[in-house]
Amino acid sequence: MQLLFESLFNGVAIGSVLLMAALGLAIVFGLMGVINLAHGELIMLGAYTTYVVQLIFKLPAFEPVYNLYVLVAIPLAFVVSGVVGILLERTVIRRLYGNPLETLLATWGVSLILQQFVRSVPLATAAGLVLALVVGFSLPLVLPASLLEGPRARLVRAGCWATSALSGVLLAGGLASQISRIARATSRNVDVTAPRWMRGGLEWADLTLPVPRLVIIVMTIVSVLGVTLFLNRSVWGTRIRAVTQNRSMSDCLGIPTDTVDVLTFGIGSGLAGIAGVAVSLLGSVGPNVGGSYIVGCFMVVVLGGVGNLFGAVLASFAIGWLTDLIGAGRLLTLWPAMPPPLAATVQFFATTSMAQVMVFALIVLFLQFRPAGLFPQKGRMVEV
Amino acid sequence: MFQRFQQSRWPQLLVWVLIIAAIVAAPAVLPVFRLNLLGRFLSLAIVALGIDLIWGFTGLLSLGQGIFFALGGYAAAMYLQLNSSSGFPNGIPEFFGLYGVKQLPAFWQPFHSPLFTLVAIWLIPAVLAAVLGNLVFRNRIKGVYFSILTQAALLVFFNFFNGQQKLINGTNGLKTDVTQLFGQMVGSPEMQRGFFWFTALMVIAAWVFVRWVVRGRFGDVLIAIRDDEPRLRFAGFNPTLFKTIVFAIAGGLAGIGGALYTVQSGIVSPQYMTVPFSIEMVIWVAVGGRGTLVGAILGAVAINYAKSLVSEAMPQSWLFIQGGLFILVVTALPEGVIGWWRSDGPRNLLTRLGITRRIGTYPQLELDGQEEVQP
Amino acid sequence: MSAPLLELREITVSFDGFLALRDLNLSLQPGELRAVIGPNGAGKTTFLDVITGKTAPTEGDVLFQGRSLVGRAEHRIARLGIGRKFQSPRVFEKLSVQENLALAVSRPKQPWPLLFGRLGGQERERVHHLMGIVNLQSRADWEAGALSHGQKQWLEIAMLVGQDPDLLLVDEPVAGLTDEETDLTADLLKSLAGDHTVLVIEHDMEFIRRLESPVTVLHQGHVLCEGTMDQVQADPRVIEVYLGTSEEEQS
Repeated sequence: MQLLFESLFNGVAIGSVLLMAALGLAIVFGLMGVINLAHGELIMLGAYTTYVVQLIFKLPAFEPVYNLYVLVAIPLAFVVSGVVGILLERTVIRRLYGNPLETLLATWGVSLILQQFVRSVPLATAAGLVLALVVGFSLPLVLPASLLEGPRARLVRAGCWATSALSGVLLAGGLASQISRIARATSRNVDVTAPRWMRGGLEWADLTLPVPRLVIIVMTIVSVLGVTLFLNRSVWGTRIRAVTQNRSMSDCLGIPTDTVDVLTFGIGSGLAGIAGVAVSLLGSVGPNVGGSYIVGCFMVVVLGGVGNLFGAVLASFAIGWLTDLIGAGRLLTLWPAMPPPLAATVQFFATTSMAQVMVFALIVLFLQFRPAGLFPQKGRMVEV
Repeated sequence: MFQRFQQSRWPQLLVWVLIIAAIVAAPAVLPVFRLNLLGRFLSLAIVALGIDLIWGFTGLLSLGQGIFFALGGYAAAMYLQLNSSSGFPNGIPEFFGLYGVKQLPAFWQPFHSPLFTLVAIWLIPAVLAAVLGNLVFRNRIKGVYFSILTQAALLVFFNFFNGQQKLINGTNGLKTDVTQLFGQMVGSPEMQRGFFWFTALMVIAAWVFVRWVVRGRFGDVLIAIRDDEPRLRFAGFNPTLFKTIVFAIAGGLAGIGGALYTVQSGIVSPQYMTVPFSIEMVIWVAVGGRGTLVGAILGAVAINYAKSLVSEAMPQSWLFIQGGLFILVVTALPEGVIGWWRSDGPRNLLTRLGITRRIGTYPQLELDGQEEVQP
Repeated sequence: MSAPLLELREITVSFDGFLALRDLNLSLQPGELRAVIGPNGAGKTTFLDVITGKTAPTEGDVLFQGRSLVGRAEHRIARLGIGRKFQSPRVFEKLSVQENLALAVSRPKQPWPLLFGRLGGQERERVHHLMGIVNLQSRADWEAGALSHGQKQWLEIAMLVGQDPDLLLVDEPVAGLTDEETDLTADLLKSLAGDHTVLVIEHDMEFIRRLESPVTVLHQGHVLCEGTMDQVQADPRVIEVYLGTSEEEQS
């Protein structure tokens, strides 16, 4: 019984990281049909954001509230990854709608650039750049329209960008002078120290549940619920779904499809940022941290069925649980008297990486029976 | 009739003359190190030809060609290791001793035979590609789903080879440069020169072969699959079969390329099965021009040469350049360099630069006089 | 009455509960030319999908020359002798006109003969003959994607004929064609009937009238009535069904 609980908990823990990482991808792929291979790097940006936030909270001024840094990191990571995602959508992906294979290659290019970027640009400078982008994009939205369309529109816009550049430079300079660790570029992995309340584990029915895992599970549940509510209840959620189902019709109804694209992609990317916070709590953060998640994310989407969040949820927990079941050799513990050849096989696959081999084989097997995943889209629209 | 002019044979002939001249001149001109690099890039060109066949012509974007590439390399390396292991304990390759393995694993046995190895180098990847491909194609999984699944398969194979020390020396891979072939060290300059010539010949052979495949109605069917696969079914063709065959051919070519690459680089390791390397292969074809076989060869050689030059000079910047290349070729140059040339690119560029003036005529006037005007 | 070439028995197709076809019965005699009309959403295209194997019927059976087609793959059904032209022309855009037709007339459909064999003299003649029929000789080497809409329609019809099927299923062959081309298409289809069995789906009533064939009216996935054009047009049920959409039909 205890074994079952342990296995179940591990499965849910693995699955929730996977789900957190795949959630944004499932939205972007499911709703927009865009394959974003840079999704892993957006996760990485979220993780680095957490790292920088944590270092800031170590400064004397913030020391008393150090334990709360995760709460700040989550929205900040959302914004950072979201803004980079929006930039990506506006500059590259927008030109490639309807060409998924081309999008795939272009976003791979972006992911290479982002990886090298965090290697060769100091994090302080990167933070300044991101701030400049955020300010530059959001100022025109905040300012009154009369200023932006008045006779001095050009001047105002130039002022906006000047302000954003200035704030970026100030932040970069400030961070670099205060925190020497991020003043220079490094390609080495960095470690995020968890806040005190997150260390250790929770004792429950003979089981030790590591707190970071629990936090990630909670984060995942909140994110999934939030996304579901947003898509199904809010005005913009309805618009997003409308554009997914019939783009030209939505256009005719006056839905700003361009804005919807930006919003959808921004949310998907932002969720990748939150996933980055989760990832940073589990291990060290490096330029390649995203790459190790991306294939798993795609497996979740393929297995769950495109455009179905519930499918993604089920698929990630199924994959998570199977990984634990196979990777920890649980069958052997359950049934110690297993005949030797079978036991040898179970043993052979009882490592994390070999479990991945087995899980993939099972997924391919599953797709033989359900080629469109757990919850296929139905009806006349599928062929298109 | 500018279309005819653009597709006329002379530019292509010229390219071929240049390629062959470069290959013939290379051993005389290049130092051994560079010649060896060129030989490696030519083996990559064989892989690129296979990718052009499945992606450029058939529209299947595989991100897992590294599997077949590495398998070919492993097959060659296993033979070479066995061939040179008589001096080691138990008469088996040295690395086994590190893990306390006393007996050669069963799947190594057939690689004692050179003939078996020569067949295995292309047949094992081809059969594996056929099986994997068929499992995917028969369920009509296509487009990006196919790409994602091939990428996942790649990761799986990487994990497998990376983790199995006792079977295949895991992450360390198998070295070939200190092994013996025909009584000589594989890594010796004479042998390397020989491999260079052999690779060059194989590139041409592969080109002739792929060209033969894509010419005629078989090739037309491939293009039809790329254009509109469901429609082809209603004409009585079974796309699954055709796709399986070309995927197997591409797998076999990747295997040959992998074997040749391995003997010239001196090692095969799970690094050949990493995700970035396999996607990189696609960009060689994209830059050269998909659907143009010469483009695949040129792209593979040119980009790899650029990579080695840039990496020597400014190691930091190559990923930026490569990333930019992906974005550029997809957004601005979708037909690649060769495709750009054929579709009037140079003339358009000159026009845009203001060097020549575009002559505008109605399309009808450019046709022969005997046209009947149809609505 | 001889055995029907094609017989649909109580076909029902349900998409998530929505009945695209319900209890559809229809049979075609060998050599017959039949027109099928119906308002939008009557299930005309689904009906072709069921015959050609694109959509599996939820219930019922399709018999072709006495053999059931249900559960067979599309390409096998095509090889049995059923050809289909799609609503919007679907030709292989990157292949030339000639290559498009060569694929259609090609007898072997398997990879190996196509790889090793060359296009036979007879087949080449057929390609030229077909290009003559649809007036595309001068475009033989053009990429099909560069053709005009009407030319694509005709190329696809020529491909259909080149496949030499026993049963031709033609979905809206004259959409976007000029009057003259429409007349030519009608003549072509009429000349094919007899040797072949032809089923035409169309919106253009004038065109249907020219075909001088029996007409089947579909409505909400069901056969409403059958008869000659005049009978059908006089049928009160048909008038009722079409009344809501009559502006579209008369324009």
